[in-house]
Amino acid sequence: MSLQRFVLKRGLLTVPLLFGVSVLTFAMIQFIPGDPVDFITQFADIDQEVKNDIRDQYGLNDPVYVQYINWVSDVLVFDFGDSITNNRTVAAEITDRLPYTLLMGAMAFVVSIVTAIPLGIYAAYYRNTAIDQTSRVGALLGISIPNFFLGLLLILLFASNLQWFSIIPPTENGALSVGMIKFMILPAIAIGTGSTALLMRLMRSSMVEELDKDYVRTARAKGLSERTVVVKHVVRNSLISVVTVAAIQVAFIISGSVVIETVFSVPGIGRLLVNSVQVRDFPVIQALVLIIGVFVIVANLFADILYAYLDPRIRY
Amino acid sequence: MALLEVEDLNVRFYTEDGAVKATNDLSYQIEAGERFGVVGESGAGKSVTSLALMRLIEDPGAIESGEIRFKGQNLLELSAEEMRQLRGNEIAMIFQDAETALNPAYTVGEQVAEGIRLHLDLDEAAAKEQAIETLESVGIPDAAQRYSDYPHQFSGGMQQRVVIAMALSCDPDLIVADEPTTALDVTIEAQILNLLEDVEAEYDTAVQLITHDLGVVAEFCDRVMVMYAGHPVEIATVDDLYYNPQHPYTAGLMSSIPRIGDDRERLQTIAGRMPDLIEMPPGCNFHPRCPYAEEACTQVEPPLVDTETGDPADVSEHDRQAAACLAHTGQLSGDLEYAVEVAETDGGSTDE
Repeated sequence: MSLQRFVLKRGLLTVPLLFGVSVLTFAMIQFIPGDPVDFITQFADIDQEVKNDIRDQYGLNDPVYVQYINWVSDVLVFDFGDSITNNRTVAAEITDRLPYTLLMGAMAFVVSIVTAIPLGIYAAYYRNTAIDQTSRVGALLGISIPNFFLGLLLILLFASNLQWFSIIPPTENGALSVGMIKFMILPAIAIGTGSTALLMRLMRSSMVEELDKDYVRTARAKGLSERTVVVKHVVRNSLISVVTVAAIQVAFIISGSVVIETVFSVPGIGRLLVNSVQVRDFPVIQALVLIIGVFVIVANLFADILYAYLDPRIRY
Repeated sequence: MALLEVEDLNVRFYTEDGAVKATNDLSYQIEAGERFGVVGESGAGKSVTSLALMRLIEDPGAIESGEIRFKGQNLLELSAEEMRQLRGNEIAMIFQDAETALNPAYTVGEQVAEGIRLHLDLDEAAAKEQAIETLESVGIPDAAQRYSDYPHQFSGGMQQRVVIAMALSCDPDLIVADEPTTALDVTIEAQILNLLEDVEAEYDTAVQLITHDLGVVAEFCDRVMVMYAGHPVEIATVDDLYYNPQHPYTAGLMSSIPRIGDDRERLQTIAGRMPDLIEMPPGCNFHPRCPYAEEACTQVEPPLVDTETGDPADVSEHDRQAAACLAHTGQLSGDLEYAVEVAETDGGSTDE
């Protein structure tokens, strides 16, 4: 089976996954105790008849599967309905905020990968030397420290004391401006440090295992330079086990953003989620949970494709 | 000057328990185009010897002393870069377990071609062409198509052919084959040995064949070195070794080969185990297991001597038989009391 066929097959597998996520997200709202109408009316004391009208207006009197189909067909065109707490559409609310979270998450992910992989390679190649021991201690710290606490420390040191960064995000120019990218450096580090530490240790142990394999000796016996042996032969095989975990980090980074956006006052979807939960803004919560679920599915799809690209044995 | 001259090679592995003496004052020579067998039990130092030739001994091991002269040049004096130029180019290696010796992530073609690109300075297309030719020459059908297949798509025998193709790809002068057929079943083993014979004849390459299988040696080699606990105990031509083994260990090895038509109830084995390579027994390392051992054997370390004259062996005289046993220096009171029976089938058959 070629790589193309694998991608197709694996891509088709995401369809039932997406269906499952949508059903769960929809069911979540159904299972939450309390009458949605009470939340819509802010628990005002009103007639049953008016309540019933509101039910009709929101389609709450339809059978569940009809409600689901209606909801999904709206969602497919990115219509999540209106927010309960303000008069904006959920879609508008999310499109305003998503770029900030995407920027922060992408920076966190890139920072994690580009530091973890080379560090892991070095630590494995020079195992049991000072480089390895230092990185081991660093990784332990990185995994142990809670991200919000690291965030506060970073703010204290680099924003408050050294004043290299501002404490609150710049308000003008939106998400994709130089000022915003610079501001996002600290939150990205705060979110990404845990993932960096984890991926680095994983890369190291994977490399150590691969370096002992016979094909490494074969490659050396061919007269290849040490650099080619490591970069071409060993790293590629070591990455195979790292790729899957790296994809799972996308989920960690998203969940990390919930706290870190609050710490750094970033106007992203993480903070939106927290605020919405506090005021029980169901349409927003539903939309965010769905979007986050889709992100994780897509990240895993990419991971599996990359996995198959790196390891030809997977494709068959 | 022989193609390869190993002189007093000492390889040590430094462990927490002490230095493991993997080879001890090992000396032997291989002529251009010669097929030289290295035989011994597991742990006798065979593989270490071959890795030492490639200077691929890894930590905590090191070549402590000695010389490895290839075409007159001491490999141990070369820089890492010069050694790299030689590896895979003039000295190539065939590994034991082809499945693990190949990188699962690259096509077999790429793995053959990368050495060619490196050493023969060919461009991508020319290297591919040469790689396909080499794959063809080791008997891989549809080589041009299979070039883009991955190792897991090959059978064990075919994988071993690929590993051999990798070794042959740059037309080396010496191939070190480390138990190339051990992981294969006997029919494939025969095919691979035939293939090695063919390519050896075609490319006129010298082969150092490491094996524990005396049958393979009899079939393939011109000369043999028997190793025990890192020492050479006997060096002889195949005929001399099989018809007239001059070391009790060699005789013991041969009597432990099962034979069709043999009416012995149990297979003869050499009692005991190889000694601890950190603390070797004094005198002859083999004496605790030797049925002919005497008082002298526990005290005097036997030198490798010419079995006819009793003088110190000259490893450059390739038709002489040399063995490291006190029986040949006249320091034993008894004789090595074994006789060699030649069975009627062709080829040598030996028994005590």
